[in-house]
Amino acid sequence: MKRINQTTSHGLGFVPAPLAQLPWRVLFLLLTIGGFGLVVLFSAAGGSLQPWASRQGIAFAIFLLAAIGISRIRLSFWRDLALPAYAVITIMLILVELAGAVRGGSQRWLDLGFIRVQPSEFMKPAIVLALARFYELLPAGEIRRFSAVWPAAAMLGVPVVLVMLQPDLGTALMITAGGLTVMFLAGLPIRLFAGGALAVAIAAPLAFNFLLHDYQRNRVLIFLNPESDPLGTGYHISQSKIAIGSGGIFGKGFLNGTQSHLDYLPEGHTDFVFATMAEEWGLVGGVLLITAFILLVRWGVGVGVRAEGRFSKLVAGGLATTIFFYVAINLMMVMGLAPVVGIPLPLVSYGGSAQMTVLGCIGILMAIDRENRERVRF
Amino acid sequence: MSRIVTEAAQAFSFSRRAMVLGGAQAAVGVVLAARMAWLSVAENERYNLLAESNRVNLTMIPPRRGWIIDRHGAPIANNRTDFRVDLIPDRMEDGARVLGELQQLLALTAEDMARIQTDLKRAGNFTPVQVAENLDWERFAAVSVRLPELPGVQPTRGFSRSYPPGAAVAHLTGYVGAATAEQFKETRDPLMVTPGFKLGKDGLEKTLESDLRGTAGAKRVEVTARGQIVRELETRPDKQGKNVRLTIDLGLQEFAARRLGPNSGSAVVMDAVTGDVLAMVSMPAYDPNSFSDGIGRLEWKMLSDDDHIPLMNKTLQGLYPPGSTVKPMHALAILQAGIDPHRRVNCTGVLQVGTGRFHCHKRGGHGPLDMVGAVAQSCDIYFYTMARELGYDRFAPVARAMGLGQEFELPFQSQRYGTVPDSAWKLRKYKQKWTVADSVNASIGQGYVLTNPLQLAVMAARIAQGRRVVPRLLLDTPHRPAPSMNIDPEMLDTVHKATWAVINGGGTGGRSRFQGLPGIELAGKTGTAQVRRITMAERRTGVLGDGALPFKMRDHSLFIGYAPANAPRYAVSVVLEHSGHIYTAAPIASDILSWLFDRDKAMARLEPLEREWGGDIDTRMATQWRSFQAAQQAPVLSVPATPADVEGATTNVVDSAVANQIEPDPAVAQSNETQRTE
Repeated sequence: MKRINQTTSHGLGFVPAPLAQLPWRVLFLLLTIGGFGLVVLFSAAGGSLQPWASRQGIAFAIFLLAAIGISRIRLSFWRDLALPAYAVITIMLILVELAGAVRGGSQRWLDLGFIRVQPSEFMKPAIVLALARFYELLPAGEIRRFSAVWPAAAMLGVPVVLVMLQPDLGTALMITAGGLTVMFLAGLPIRLFAGGALAVAIAAPLAFNFLLHDYQRNRVLIFLNPESDPLGTGYHISQSKIAIGSGGIFGKGFLNGTQSHLDYLPEGHTDFVFATMAEEWGLVGGVLLITAFILLVRWGVGVGVRAEGRFSKLVAGGLATTIFFYVAINLMMVMGLAPVVGIPLPLVSYGGSAQMTVLGCIGILMAIDRENRERVRF
Repeated sequence: MSRIVTEAAQAFSFSRRAMVLGGAQAAVGVVLAARMAWLSVAENERYNLLAESNRVNLTMIPPRRGWIIDRHGAPIANNRTDFRVDLIPDRMEDGARVLGELQQLLALTAEDMARIQTDLKRAGNFTPVQVAENLDWERFAAVSVRLPELPGVQPTRGFSRSYPPGAAVAHLTGYVGAATAEQFKETRDPLMVTPGFKLGKDGLEKTLESDLRGTAGAKRVEVTARGQIVRELETRPDKQGKNVRLTIDLGLQEFAARRLGPNSGSAVVMDAVTGDVLAMVSMPAYDPNSFSDGIGRLEWKMLSDDDHIPLMNKTLQGLYPPGSTVKPMHALAILQAGIDPHRRVNCTGVLQVGTGRFHCHKRGGHGPLDMVGAVAQSCDIYFYTMARELGYDRFAPVARAMGLGQEFELPFQSQRYGTVPDSAWKLRKYKQKWTVADSVNASIGQGYVLTNPLQLAVMAARIAQGRRVVPRLLLDTPHRPAPSMNIDPEMLDTVHKATWAVINGGGTGGRSRFQGLPGIELAGKTGTAQVRRITMAERRTGVLGDGALPFKMRDHSLFIGYAPANAPRYAVSVVLEHSGHIYTAAPIASDILSWLFDRDKAMARLEPLEREWGGDIDTRMATQWRSFQAAQQAPVLSVPATPADVEGATTNVVDSAVANQIEPDPAVAQSNETQRTE
C-alpha cells in the first residue's frame, strides 16, 4: 500500500516537482481508457474524426486538466461545500420539475440562459459528498442509532424521488447506489442493508406495477425476453449482443464492424459504445477495458482506505463506487444483463456530462490522494 | 449489550467494509468479463450468423420461364427483356413529389396511379411495389439518371413473358400474372411477392407451371439498417424453366386463327396418323400479352361482355350439337347393324313419327337415295328412317368409339365432354323412357347429342384412319401408334366414298373442294346445327333466313374432314357459332387444310378476305377496342382489375356462356347438359 507513495516520492531527479507529484499511474489508466474511447469513436463515425472523436478528445483534455486542477483544491473546500451544494442541486431538481410541469412533458435540463445544466448529473457526486459530511458530523457513538439512518435516508430519498419523476430511472439508481455505498461504508448495521434488500425484493413487483412508467416497464419486460420484441425496444439489446457476440476473441478488426457501420447497432457511439468496441476488438479489447476500469476503481477505494479522516474516507469510497456503478450498469445493460436504462460508459461514450462527472470525481479522489501523500511525506 | 463505537473502531470498520466493497466490485468485473466471453466465444457462431443475416440482404431474381415452342421450334411463348421501375415504400421520402415526378417521366395514366396508390397501401415497408413494367429504354433511362432525387425508386432490368403470335395462341397458352395474396399465404414462398415474378394463370401456362417456372436466382447485397445498399456481394443466376414443345404447327395455328375471320368459332387440326394436334384455335381471343401485363377493367369488360365469348376456349369448352357431321359415323353404325349400303330410302321431305312430323333440310325432298347419296346430300330422312328402324342404342356405341363424349387427356384445366345419349342415359338422367323421336333427333346430331370441337376432329381422324387416334399436344410425351379399331375395310371404304362424295361427288360441300392442289382431294362432312325450334307456322310462311334472327338464335355451321382423301393424313373440325348461313365452316376447313399442302396459295386466298373483314386480327381487335372505348364514353375507369379478378378468367366465362344458351326446345330437344356427369 505504500508502493504508490514510494514511487512518486522518489521520483526522478530531473523531473520538475509539480509534474513528478502528479499521480501518473491514475493518469496512465485514464489516458488508456479515454484514448481507447477516442479510437472507438473514430471507428463509429466510419473512420472519421468528425463528428465525435475530435470533440470528445477536446472535452476529455479539458476535463482531465480540470480534474488535475481540482486535485489541487484542499479537501476542506469540498467539506464546507458539501451540504450547501446538495441543497442547491436539490432546489434545481425541483425547478426542473416545475419547468417541466409548465412546459409540459418530461424534462431533465435546466436552462440558465447561458448554459443548460442537468442537475441530476451533479447529484451523483453531490449525494456522496453530502452524506459523507453528514456521517462526519454524526458523533461516532450515534452510528448504531436510528438518528444515523433517517436523516441520511431523507437526504437520499428526496433527490431520488425527484429524479424518478423526470423520469430517469438510470440516474435515480446511480444516486441511490452512491448514497447506499456511503451509508454502508459509514458503518450502519449490516442487518439494515439485509432488511432493505429483503424489502426491495418484496416491493420490486409493486414498484414495477405502480411506480414505473409504461416505457420503463416495457424495457424491463423486454430485458427479460429481448427476442419478444426484436424490432422495438428489444432491438437495442439484441443488436448489442449480436455486435459483442460476433466480435469473437480478437474482433473483426479496426473499422471492420458491420453492426456499427451499417447502423444496426443503435446508439453505437453513446450508451452502446462498448458493443461498437467489442465488435472490432473482441474479447481482448473488452477484458482490457474492464481491467482498466477495475484498476481505476480499486485505486479510488484504495485512496479511501489510506485516507485520514472520516469525510475523506467516505468521499473516496463513495466516489470510486459511483464510477464503478457507471461502468457496471452500462456493461450489464450492453451485455443483456440489465434493462436498458440509459447510463453511458464513462470516458468512452460520446457526451460531456458523464465525462465531466467522472473526471470531477477523479479530481476529488486525486485531491484526497494528494493529502494522503503529503501526510506520508511529512 | 451495546457496542461502544469509537472513531478508531469506525476507521477499522471502514477498512473492512471497503475491502468487502472492493472484492464485490472485482467480482462484478469478473462476471462481466465472463459474460462477455460467453457471448463472444461460446455463442460466437450464433451471433456471427445473426450479424451476417443483418448485414446481408437476399434479393430474389425471378426465374425466366421456359419457352413454349411449336413442333418446329418456333416460339409460342418466350421472354423479352423488360425494363421496370419499382418503389420501396420504406425508402420513400416525400412520396407525393416522387410519384408526381414518376408520373411525368413514365407518362403514367390516372389508372396506373390509382393502382400504385392501392398497392402502396397494401404493401409492407420493404415489399417493392411495381410502378411500371415493359418500359422502353428512353423512359427507363430517364428515371435511372434522376435516381438521386427519387428516393425509394428502384429501376430493374428483368424479363417478362411475351407471346409473339398474340391472340392466335391465347387459348393454348393462357397467360401469366402476379401471384395473389392467397398463393403467397399458401406457399410462404418469398418468390411470390418478388416484383416481376409471374406465374401461369390459365391454359398451358397454368397446367405446365411446374415445368415452366424454373428456379429463382438470388442476389446478396450488403445493406444498412435502413435498407440502403452498400455493395453487391455475389449473385446466383436464376435457372430458366424447361422449354415445352407442343405438337402445334405455329404457322398453321396462325393461319387457322386468321382464316376464321370475324366468326365466333374454333378450328382443330390433327395429324390423323399420330394424333398430334397441329392447330387448336378458338376465336375471337384476347391478347395474352396484355393479360400478362395486367389487364385494365375496361378491356376486361369488353372481353367479358362480348357475345362471341373471346375468353372461352371453344375447342375444349364449347359444346355444340354436331348436326350432320355425325352422318358418316352414323353411316358406319348403320353398316355395322347389317344394313345394305345400296338400300334406297325415298325422301319426300317429311317423315311422320308418331304424332310428330320430321323434316328434311330440303323442302321438296331428295327422292330415293342410297347411303353414299344420303351422306353426300346430307339427307335427313334417310337417317330418320334408319334410326327409327334400328334405334339409337345401335348408334351410340359407335359414336363413343369415334371419340364423341369422350375425355381426352390434355393439359388444360377445364374441359367439357358433352353427351352421347342412349336409352339408359335418358332413364338415369330424366327418369324417362327413350322415344323413337329421340332416336330420330339424335340420328342427325341434334337432340341430346353434344360434342366439343376437339372430339369432332378426333372423329374425323378415326373415320379417316379406322384407328383409335388419340390427340396429343405435348411433343415430348411418349407416342403410341394408334391401335386399329377393327372396322370392316369394306364398310370403311363405303364411308370414305360418302365423305369423298360430299366434297367431290356433287354433295353439299362441293364449293369447298381444294383449289389448285392437283391430285389432293378433301373429304368430309358439312353440318348445320339448329339451336331453336322451327314452328309449323314458320314452315308455312317460309323458314326465316338467319340474317333476320338475333345472333344467339342463328344456326351453328360445322365441318369435319380429312385430306388427302385417298391417303388420309390430316383431320380437321371447324365449328362456327351462330354463323347462320352467312359464313360456313366447310370452305374455312378446306382453306386451313390446304395450307398444309401449299401455304402460299392458301395465304393468297386469305388476303382479299382479310381486307374485306377490316384487316388482320390485331387490326380488328384494335378497332373493336377503340369503338368500345368510344361507346363507353366515360373517362377510362381508374380501378384496374386485381389479379384475383382475372384468375382463371376463361374458366368463369364458361358458366356465363352456358347461361346464355338457348333454352332446350322439346321438338329440337337440345340437351342443355353441358358437363359430362357420368
